Amino acid sequence: MSAEPSVDERETRLDRKHPAPRKEAPESAQTSRVVIVRAERGWQLPDLFEAWQYRELFWVLATRDIKVRYKQTVLGIGWAIVQPLFTMILFTMISRFGNISTDGMPPEVFYYCGMLPWLLFANSLSTAGNSLLASQHLITKVYFPRLIVPVASAITALIDFAIAFVVLLMIMLFYRVPPAPQIVLLPAFVAMAFLAALGFGIGLSALNVQFRDVRHVAPFVTQLWLFCTPVLYSSTSVHGGWKAVLLGLNPISGVVEGVRWCVLGRPAPGAPLAVSTATILVVLIASLGYFNRVERTLADRL
Amino acid sequence: MTMGGAVIRASHLGKRYRLGDADRAVHFETLRESLVSWVSLRHNARVAADANTIWALKDVSFEVRSGEVVGIIGHNGAGKSTLLKILSRITEPTEGEAEIRGRVGSLLEVGTGFHPELTGRENVYLNGAILGMRRTEIALKFDEIVSFAEIEAFLDTAVKHYSTGMYMRLAFAVAAHLEPDTLIVDEILAVGDAAFQKKCLGKMGDVARHGRTVLFVSHNLGAVRSLCSRAVVLGGGMVQFDGRADEAIAYYLANSATAAGERDGQVRFGPAGLEFADLRLHGIRVLDDAGQARALFDATEPIRVEIEYEVMVTLRGIRTVLLISTQEGELAFQSTDHLARDAEQPPGRYTTVCTVPGALLNRRMYLVELSFEIPGVRMLAPRRPYVSFAVSGGGNHGSTFPEPWPGVVCPSLNWVTKRL
Repeated sequence: MSAEPSVDERETRLDRKHPAPRKEAPESAQTSRVVIVRAERGWQLPDLFEAWQYRELFWVLATRDIKVRYKQTVLGIGWAIVQPLFTMILFTMISRFGNISTDGMPPEVFYYCGMLPWLLFANSLSTAGNSLLASQHLITKVYFPRLIVPVASAITALIDFAIAFVVLLMIMLFYRVPPAPQIVLLPAFVAMAFLAALGFGIGLSALNVQFRDVRHVAPFVTQLWLFCTPVLYSSTSVHGGWKAVLLGLNPISGVVEGVRWCVLGRPAPGAPLAVSTATILVVLIASLGYFNRVERTLADRL
Repeated sequence: MTMGGAVIRASHLGKRYRLGDADRAVHFETLRESLVSWVSLRHNARVAADANTIWALKDVSFEVRSGEVVGIIGHNGAGKSTLLKILSRITEPTEGEAEIRGRVGSLLEVGTGFHPELTGRENVYLNGAILGMRRTEIALKFDEIVSFAEIEAFLDTAVKHYSTGMYMRLAFAVAAHLEPDTLIVDEILAVGDAAFQKKCLGKMGDVARHGRTVLFVSHNLGAVRSLCSRAVVLGGGMVQFDGRADEAIAYYLANSATAAGERDGQVRFGPAGLEFADLRLHGIRVLDDAGQARALFDATEPIRVEIEYEVMVTLRGIRTVLLISTQEGELAFQSTDHLARDAEQPPGRYTTVCTVPGALLNRRMYLVELSFEIPGVRMLAPRRPYVSFAVSGGGNHGSTFPEPWPGVVCPSLNWVTKRL
């Protein structure tokens, strides 16, 4: 460690934990680069490269949440099924009383299938949104790219989705609804729902730290959001082109319709899906920029 | 390993806190408030916000070279924690910059991220990853960690079933096996019992001897003296002294007798006092021979504890109980005043002074705890810690070596050796 590294080796993008892909760690000190700690200004995106280098911590945090959730197996799996199942039963009753059209599909299948992407979105949004506050004991004591906290916390919702999806296949079997061939595209829609949740969740997590009253408002907004999404109704009941585009601005509506298309073979969402995709990307980028701004002084605010 | 180039170079670091941030219990920013102030009195609000700031750190510059073990000492609120948080990248400075070379591990706390529902084994991996160890690295050291913590039998038990001692041992064991180039350590040794502390200090010493760079913040001047070659004294957010550890400690002690004495070694409870049943506590001061409040004493000096209180109704047979305990919660001794005998105290203010003779306490941090009671009748004010002070200096254990000396107290005793 006696050689003084030259100033030219300066490089702000350094991963302190995994210096280069090389195997050994302590000896690499003199070759490792330098971190400059200073006040950053302006808007920029978080250092995704650095976040990637912390992927091991990311998985540790994600598996921690999963382990804790499914430690009591019955409760963990039960909860993943109970939530969509009970909503499905409730919606089915509402549609029977209110004569809401499900376009000729068994309402049980129609609603349960619609609830899955919605719950994936809503649950990962809510855990991601609260994740920074929930991890304040970590954030105020150790450095790591903060971005991995909201993302890792949302992973559990994916597992819940997988469990609930198995139940969907069983329900479809029971009502003799065959899966459509385009079901192979389902992962794309799952990814979309997850990205939409991250887009809003990452921003929300930072907003939650900056303004403490947001956490009381967020669940209420999510509730209302459900009714702006074609879960309880079908988007074919929304007439007029501009209304369909407006519905597409709600990024999760394209996803819900997309999932129904690829699992149940319902009409494919065209324009709304394109609008949804664009909205998700815009929200995700804006959210990352805002997150980075709050991240720098996060430990002081918690 | 020899000493090399600078691994930490801090230049003109400054950190400003809004008062609301520093005292988060008081201040809550809400979206509603922000929108209101943004719309209506945007300008005024900004001006007010500027006035409500403090500089926790101001113009701090220093360098740590590879292989150095540097202590950081200073009173509470001197900026030590803020400095460590900036160097560990937990928060960014308001101004200035720090250049950090190599792999840095920071231990601002042990057991960060431990999850009560997970087993000891799972927590070792979790905590290790949080501290920046790779999975392969943890796997390699796993057995060593477990045997250091002495919890082999409970590896697959959820840590929520652990005793506090087991929990702390496991937490420290993981931390102790972190092997960065530079280790930043906060007051984490102030946990656990005396035997465990000794083990931790030993481990720290090992780390230092292995040529790793260590930045060590502590109230334990004895530990700083024995572990560090150099020390930086922080005060009021600025570097007050930077030099050899023993000189820095001397500077710190000398300095605390005057300027800092006003703040430290005493506590006052405002005009109304601290209210208990029929009793109000107005202030507690730890004084030297000259009647100056101080937070640091030489081991040979007598220490006077002055308690000022007010009796609200006539009380008979009050007993003031003074307890001197270490920061880790071990009781050094307990003493009480003579008013236990039927003396009657009419309403009014009183002071009680207890003198702890010099050459009794050991070189460490002590807490002054108090309780008031009428023995066998009722408790007036329950036992609570109020002030802390540190004992340092030459020592009176009869040894001339500057090693840390165990024991809660360290009385000067008479030794006679005869040749037979």
